[in-house]
Amino acid sequence: MFTYIVRRIVYVIPIVISVALVCFMLVHITPGDPLVAILPADASQELAAQLRTAYGFDRPLPVQFGLWLWKAVHGDLGHSIATGRPVLTEVMRAVGNTVTLAIAAAIIGFSFGLLFGLLAGYFRDTWIDKVATSIAIAGVSVPHYWLGMVLVIIFSVQLSWLPAVGAGPGGSGQWGWDWEHMKYLVLPAITTSVIPMGIVTRTVRALTGDILSQDFVEALRAKGLRETHVFRHVIKNAAPTAMAVMGLQLGYMLGGSILIETVFSWPGSGLLLNSAIFQRDLPLLQGTILVLALFFVFLNLVVDIAQASIDPRIKRG
Amino acid sequence: MSNLVEVNNLNIRFTGERTVHAVNNLSLTLGEGEVLGLLGESGSGKSVTLRALMRLLPKKRTQISGTVRVLGRDVLALDDDALSAFRGQTVSMIFQEPALALDPVYTIGRQIAETVMRHEGKSQHDATARALEMLEVVRIPSAKRRLDAYPHEMSGGMRQRAMIALALACKPKILLADEPTTALDATVQIQILLLLRELQREFGMSVIFVTHDIGVAIEICDRVAVMYAGQIIEQGSLREIVRTPLHPYAKGLLASTVHGAKRGARLETIPGTPPSLDQAPSACSFAPRCAFAQPRCTAALPPDVQVGPNRSARCILVDPATAGA
Repeated sequence: MFTYIVRRIVYVIPIVISVALVCFMLVHITPGDPLVAILPADASQELAAQLRTAYGFDRPLPVQFGLWLWKAVHGDLGHSIATGRPVLTEVMRAVGNTVTLAIAAAIIGFSFGLLFGLLAGYFRDTWIDKVATSIAIAGVSVPHYWLGMVLVIIFSVQLSWLPAVGAGPGGSGQWGWDWEHMKYLVLPAITTSVIPMGIVTRTVRALTGDILSQDFVEALRAKGLRETHVFRHVIKNAAPTAMAVMGLQLGYMLGGSILIETVFSWPGSGLLLNSAIFQRDLPLLQGTILVLALFFVFLNLVVDIAQASIDPRIKRG
Repeated sequence: MSNLVEVNNLNIRFTGERTVHAVNNLSLTLGEGEVLGLLGESGSGKSVTLRALMRLLPKKRTQISGTVRVLGRDVLALDDDALSAFRGQTVSMIFQEPALALDPVYTIGRQIAETVMRHEGKSQHDATARALEMLEVVRIPSAKRRLDAYPHEMSGGMRQRAMIALALACKPKILLADEPTTALDATVQIQILLLLRELQREFGMSVIFVTHDIGVAIEICDRVAVMYAGQIIEQGSLREIVRTPLHPYAKGLLASTVHGAKRGARLETIPGTPPSLDQAPSACSFAPRCAFAQPRCTAALPPDVQVGPNRSARCILVDPATAGA
């Protein structure tokens, strides 16, 4: 087990380097000059050249990458062109908000997804299965920004139960674990949770059906186990695959949804990416993408290790 | 000799997209300490019959009629709780493919202990001790280490031994074996057969052994019932069936084995294929393939002719007066 973990961590290193390279290059492949956005329309050629030198955009790309990576390793992702604030501070604050949203959505989406999936798989081809499957299909197919708007219309505009936008009273951006703050989380979290809920339901339903049709389930019944006990075996067999899917979904959610965060003005990484793209704020864009990609890599690592600790067959492979 | 198992007029029908009459009017008995072989080709209903004894068939798609009495209890009438207590404790089963019949993410020790905890209410510690004891009984080398092994870490023969240990952990009166040697190498096969025979005597169990291999049946059975198209078409002691088969199908089956065949001579085969079972048989199912078929074979279902104690055949050619010899 220990060697497996070490090996798996070593594998992460080349992935991280490639991720950094892709992040850096992606932004440079896009056409247009990043400085156009902050320069006044009638700026002179000399001023443009001056700024370009100041930001280091006049150097060869490999040098730029080397410098950027060197600084990034030391926690310096540069300064935002638009606001002048350090990228890392901006990104970490946004990521913090997105993580809060993602975890809340994951708790809702995964619990319902697991519940519906297990029920649908266990009671296959009954009305329970049909209801759960319909909910899952609706969850995956309804456009979530539309769902977000509908929820806002019902619960904020009509019923005035919950706030429509923002991440806390007064737009302070300071998070707290009380109802005053939590109520801002409810609608975006529900909206974010429907897709993972649908995907987890479908995966777990298929898994459960597949496991139940295997010979060992008949053998478990043949040795006299009660149905609740058989169910425990089914869950343990389904866990590794279900976890991989949930890890992936959590990864997507941690990336932040541009659409949902825009609908709810949730100050997370999606909203940050959105503004970085529109303002052509290169350092901010690079930094945000890098941090999010690293999150994804790290999460995959955690899922792989957790899977290996449940399924003994993985370690050998 | 009292009968532990008494099956009368068992009919099993699978419903769904198409109906299959898997078992038709089947009656059999199993005595104390007896090993009964259910012999037949694929699709003859032998495994289905075996599962009916434990009511393991999927409830929704199966219609069962007739009576199944095991140790005097009506298995078809047991409620879910009584049924799960009965399985594994009174009757247990070993399977054709141990690699698939063991849960891949539980250790062997855990899987055996689980059964013991379920039926005898023992603590985890005591149940694991029993698991170790059972692994030693089935002669798995370095048994203590194997307790923590997962099924994929063992060879096919070891897995089947572990499966047997699991099945016998609660000292059942009856063991149902569903082709337990079919998936194994020939050399391992004979080891497992010898082990089963030995454990059957040691534990004083009765066994129903399903196989399509006459050679295997000869090794282990006392009595044999030959199945064809969901019916028992002939039964008797192993010796009688092997020496003087009465039913043309049983004769054909025996003639088509390699055992005792002459070198250089072509093996005999039974021409044709088994009938589809989408209708309940109203005539002799074997008639279309039978070299001795007559018009009256297809006129009505031939009766089960008793030709001696515990010996019968379902063929119009069998004469109770002369065949008993």
